[in-house]
Amino acid sequence: MSPLIFYPVAAAAVLSALAVVTARSPVRSAMALVATLVSLAACFAMLQAHLVAALQIIVYAGAVMVLFLFVIMLLNLQDDPPETGRAGLRFGAGGVAVVLAGGFAKVLWEHSAGDGAVLAESFGTTKVVARSLFSDYLVPFELTSVLLLVAVVGAVVLARRDDAPGQD
Amino acid sequence: MITSAHFMVLSAVLFFIGAVGVVTRRNLIVIFMSVEIMLNAGNLAFVAIANRLGTIDGQTIVFFVMTVAAAEAAVGLAVIIAMFRNAETIKADELSSLRW
Repeated sequence: MSPLIFYPVAAAAVLSALAVVTARSPVRSAMALVATLVSLAACFAMLQAHLVAALQIIVYAGAVMVLFLFVIMLLNLQDDPPETGRAGLRFGAGGVAVVLAGGFAKVLWEHSAGDGAVLAESFGTTKVVARSLFSDYLVPFELTSVLLLVAVVGAVVLARRDDAPGQD
Repeated sequence: MITSAHFMVLSAVLFFIGAVGVVTRRNLIVIFMSVEIMLNAGNLAFVAIANRLGTIDGQTIVFFVMTVAAAEAAVGLAVIIAMFRNAETIKADELSSLRW
């Protein structure tokens, strides 16, 4: 992993995440979130998680973000007004977050310093991940399909109009 | 030389950026997007640890996190639509009908 690749990608991830949190317009937040997700996909690729990186782009930056944008457009949201008051909350939350992030970063840095394991060339390929997914994690994988079914039914029931035609 | 420790630090920073968004924003959709940032920061930590330990389990768990996040996004956005229909707003501090 070259620092010349890591630092620009990490900076892009942090700056776009800050843009998500600070942008006034929900659409701008969503676009910044796409940039964050793509930067993280690049991080996954750097960590030899090739399949995860591809899925990140397809599932997150593709499907989930379309869902977000769809709801933003559907609700026809206006830009948030500039924040008035609550400056204490914002600066307080920011200060606490900086302190906690610093503490976490220090602990994580100290406990994961040094060289990691030597990885096989095939680490993170579809074959290796699928072997793990369909052997050790077979039962959770099947339960996931139940979860998705429940989520689909729940989303339809919740978003449906009460006076929708065909309802009893 | 970039090691997995660098990615762990990046994941901590992203997680708390997301946390600040959850706490300070009033727009429910932006709060939701901040939660997605936090989930992704968790995913990055999982992948970094998988890389460090040389085991594939961390990457496998990311699949489950992604699935749960997709399910959460679908249901959560449906809840937001239902709320908007009832209250005509998705500002978190205007939705106070359950407040004592």
